[in-house]
Amino acid sequence: MIRVQTEDFDLGREYQALRQASHSPGAIVTFTGLVRDLSDRQNITAMELEHYPGMTEKSLQAILDEASQRWSIDQVSVIHRVGKLGPDEQIVFVGVSSAHRRDAFAACQFVMDYLKTRAPFWKKEFTPEGAHWVEAKDSDSRAADEWRDG
Amino acid sequence: MRVNIWYFARIKEAVGCEQEQLDLPDSKTTVGDLVNALSDRGDRWQKALRDKSLLVAVNQAVASMETVIAEGDEIAFFPPVTGG
Repeated sequence: MIRVQTEDFDLGREYQALRQASHSPGAIVTFTGLVRDLSDRQNITAMELEHYPGMTEKSLQAILDEASQRWSIDQVSVIHRVGKLGPDEQIVFVGVSSAHRRDAFAACQFVMDYLKTRAPFWKKEFTPEGAHWVEAKDSDSRAADEWRDG
Repeated sequence: MRVNIWYFARIKEAVGCEQEQLDLPDSKTTVGDLVNALSDRGDRWQKALRDKSLLVAVNQAVASMETVIAEGDEIAFFPPVTGG
């Protein structure tokens, strides 16, 4: 399940939906990403998320398809918000159900690492000093690269 | 041939354009050819589109400067992604 939306999401509701859609899973792993209120020691007053409608969904689907091929998972859900968000708001949710925890943890981590380096979203941070586009991080591309060697 | 071009994030801000339709000579067949044509518009375009970190998609799939483009294609230029 993929949703790209401006609205906030309810973690408990999404967990239950994932649980209901799954077939007697032994494990469910969820991840939530949030807006921090500090970036490079500057106060973030807001964050704006731009995306490429159409390609965003395709890209996320490709990531979920790869996760399903590489690990034994039952259901996987991704929700990514776009638009203007405030500090401490939720940005992204990834949930994975599986028979076993090892596959659920690995698939969840993989989806996040690939989402951060492949899905067409761009963050802009607003501070009292002005707005700037967030730069892609080497640590994120290294994390994604590590999954390549299988 | 007519193509649709999208610009995102700081590329969009740098060139001052979000989306446009462009008529290209049929002889200009690759993304690289398109970049050359757009760079001729001036410094702002040259600087944004010659950036080494620039990414490109054709019909919403990751592409490169060598990717061949055709009539009706959607081409997008954007910086490295920062979602999640």
